[in-house]
Amino acid sequence: MSNFETFETAWCPGCGNHSILECLKTALEELGKNPHEVLMMAGIGQAAKTPQYISAHTFCGLHGRSLPPAQAAKIANSDLTVIVETGDGDSYGEGGNHFVHAVRRNVNITHFVHDNQIYALTKGQASPTTTEGQVTEVQPTGSHNSSFNPLLMAISAGAGFVARAFSGEKEHLVEIMKKAILYDGYALVDIYQPCVSFNKINTFAYYKQRVYKLGDDYNRFDKIGAMQKAMEPDSKIPIGIIYEEKKTTFHQKNEVLTNCAKSGVSLARTKQDLSLVQRYIDELR
Amino acid sequence: MYNLLIGGAAGQGVDTLTAMLERILKRAGNNVFTYRDLMSRIRGGHNFSLIRFGVRDIASHSYVLDGMIALNEETIELHKDKVKSNGFILCDSKLILPEADAADPRLIKLPLSDTAKELGNAVVAGSIALGAALKLMGEGLEQCADVLALSVKSEFVGLNLKAFEAGFGAVEVRFAHGGGRAAAAAADAGGIGRILLNGNKAIALGALAAGLKFYSAYPMSPSTSIMEYLSSKMIESGVVVEQAEDEIAAINMAIGASYAGATAMIGTSGGGFCLMVEALGLSGMAEIPLVIVNVQRPGPTTGLPTRTEQSDLKFVVSASQGEFPRMVIAVKNQEDCFYQTIRAFTIAEKYQIPVIILSDQYVGDSTATLNSFDLSGVSQSGLNESCEPEYLRYRYSDDGVSPRKLPGNQCCFVTADSDEHDEHGMITESADVRVRMMDKRMKKLELLQKELQEPEFLGDKDFETLLIGWGSTWGPISEAITLLNSNSGMKFGALVFGDVFPLPTEKITQMAARAKRIINIEQNATGQLAGLIREYTGVQMTGSVLKYDGRQICADEIVAAINKEVGK
Repeated sequence: MSNFETFETAWCPGCGNHSILECLKTALEELGKNPHEVLMMAGIGQAAKTPQYISAHTFCGLHGRSLPPAQAAKIANSDLTVIVETGDGDSYGEGGNHFVHAVRRNVNITHFVHDNQIYALTKGQASPTTTEGQVTEVQPTGSHNSSFNPLLMAISAGAGFVARAFSGEKEHLVEIMKKAILYDGYALVDIYQPCVSFNKINTFAYYKQRVYKLGDDYNRFDKIGAMQKAMEPDSKIPIGIIYEEKKTTFHQKNEVLTNCAKSGVSLARTKQDLSLVQRYIDELR
Repeated sequence: MYNLLIGGAAGQGVDTLTAMLERILKRAGNNVFTYRDLMSRIRGGHNFSLIRFGVRDIASHSYVLDGMIALNEETIELHKDKVKSNGFILCDSKLILPEADAADPRLIKLPLSDTAKELGNAVVAGSIALGAALKLMGEGLEQCADVLALSVKSEFVGLNLKAFEAGFGAVEVRFAHGGGRAAAAAADAGGIGRILLNGNKAIALGALAAGLKFYSAYPMSPSTSIMEYLSSKMIESGVVVEQAEDEIAAINMAIGASYAGATAMIGTSGGGFCLMVEALGLSGMAEIPLVIVNVQRPGPTTGLPTRTEQSDLKFVVSASQGEFPRMVIAVKNQEDCFYQTIRAFTIAEKYQIPVIILSDQYVGDSTATLNSFDLSGVSQSGLNESCEPEYLRYRYSDDGVSPRKLPGNQCCFVTADSDEHDEHGMITESADVRVRMMDKRMKKLELLQKELQEPEFLGDKDFETLLIGWGSTWGPISEAITLLNSNSGMKFGALVFGDVFPLPTEKITQMAARAKRIINIEQNATGQLAGLIREYTGVQMTGSVLKYDGRQICADEIVAAINKEVGK
């Protein structure tokens, strides 16, 4: 019996979201997480419904805006394990600016992107990761924009944990999720998943034929090598931790939060010191 | 009461000299009010401050000058007509002036830069001018050493003091004080009983007193000094101040922090508020408390970045799609900034709503002497962590408010959802739940009625003419009312609104019924408060005074405009 209860979902049968949700629960179980220490956060989209289907603290905010509140919730309450579960449109389209700056800020949160390379909630328009040239209802002559490479972007912006997974490789996905959650800092896992209703190109079989697991011979600590790996053509899709680096986190750099850590009290539980405010007032005399 | 202008190009030190002089004057027992007229540039252009001081209460600026310190030629050219005939125009003897100006009897040329060099450093030329101005205004140098110790690096205190003395010795007293200042100074223990600050700093201090733990913002004039002040205190006071990548991130971060239990505030101006609008609705929908400061500047779009206007009222009362409860408080002066900010936090937390503090560049950047703030009524912040096994985040309740809990507590789940949701916080499309949840949220608007503060009444209770204002026009209107009631045979009253949404309607309805004329005075082009009053009370203005040139209206302008209206 799982601590992280299951709820009836509104997803299509065969949707990759089911596997990702299942893997997430397994990963949290295997890490020994208590549901009351987990905060699931999302924007809006099919993937962003994930927090609705798991027993934990949940925050489902605005489309594209999953990362800003997630970082701030972790800043406010460092006792929480903060996991952002949302889609490619939410993360890289509407929220693209936040993505770059979440990497730079390096707050200790985990970002699972359900990347089906299409907009599914709005029924099948091109997403930033849609393959260039792919035809959709509103891109009838093909998507003319080049496909966004989230892994390369994250590595170049300074991310310390960048991984790719596939919803059809569940055991592998669970292991990647666990490592991402344990990583101290911002961790990105871009999870390819089929959209059975709106993406007839990037199907389960498409991914299954192309993915290969990064072996022990792959050096995930080599940044240039990782960038090259992130740029491999679509004919082969490496899955695993593409890049890893130990980095100082926001909580370790921010003096207010290091003081909180020293006293063992999260920011949310600290109280204002009115005698200090009185001193600030006196400075204005 | 005297009025002194310090003017020059950006980068010439107008602001530094102003800050020193106003504090010296304050410590000598004066009330001080300083208006800053700044251009949106780092170098060049023309900036000036109007420092008004005396023993009487001062609520606003004036543009009738007793003296001027001109750091460049342009300052004299632009403002000489405002200097009284017995006033002075103080400048460096090196300024190259037209013949007429050079022969102006008000002109006092001093070798400021040469003397500064002789003293050892050209930068103290301004201090020489300040010393001279203090002598001309009948002030002493007693407060200079202490103020310098707070204003400049310790190794420069002695040099600056010498500069003050050099200036002081170079001129004769022009204006004597009419007595009373010494008594005021003594009663005030040398002026140190009271404080001197601008509205933005007062808002920041109010937030710290209320238990602020998280502040996020994207820099935007004229709100940035809130973030600057909080940053200067953040480590000691335990507040995380984060510069966000944009205003959308700023508000969404603050909502996330508030959800997770950290009391949060954001600050911006109109353009930044535009970007925050969707998330404003999230605060309302997910019932997450948030205090938002909008320090207004003239719009639309980039507008006049460093100037003042009251044109965001109708925008902020209706911003964001859909319907949800909110409160909007317009701050009237620097003291209001402190106490209303604390009140904004209390109301935001009590009703779990967004509360918008509507300030503007005039209140935000102007400094004023105030009685020291009283912290005795301030309560401690913090979220309930008690165990409640059957806890539902959005439980239906008679008063519309469902208790918040700190996420992370061990016995209940805390949810938040921008979709319509049920009592658990789970997405629903049920018509019944939708209506009950809407009613639960909108009920808070009724509850807010009990919190509302009626507008402040000024002037003669037997008024024939009633003036209506809100927020920052409080100062100019209060001074204008005194002038109007003493100068003409007619009687004037004024209502100045602080709470503007929900709009308190009792006083305006009663007083409008017995006013011969009702005239709104607003810093916008369309009479936005008049529109709100009409919407909620049916009361129509009979005339209006509207100013939207980016400069704050002063009492003299109001008096002139009202006399014109009344004479119609």
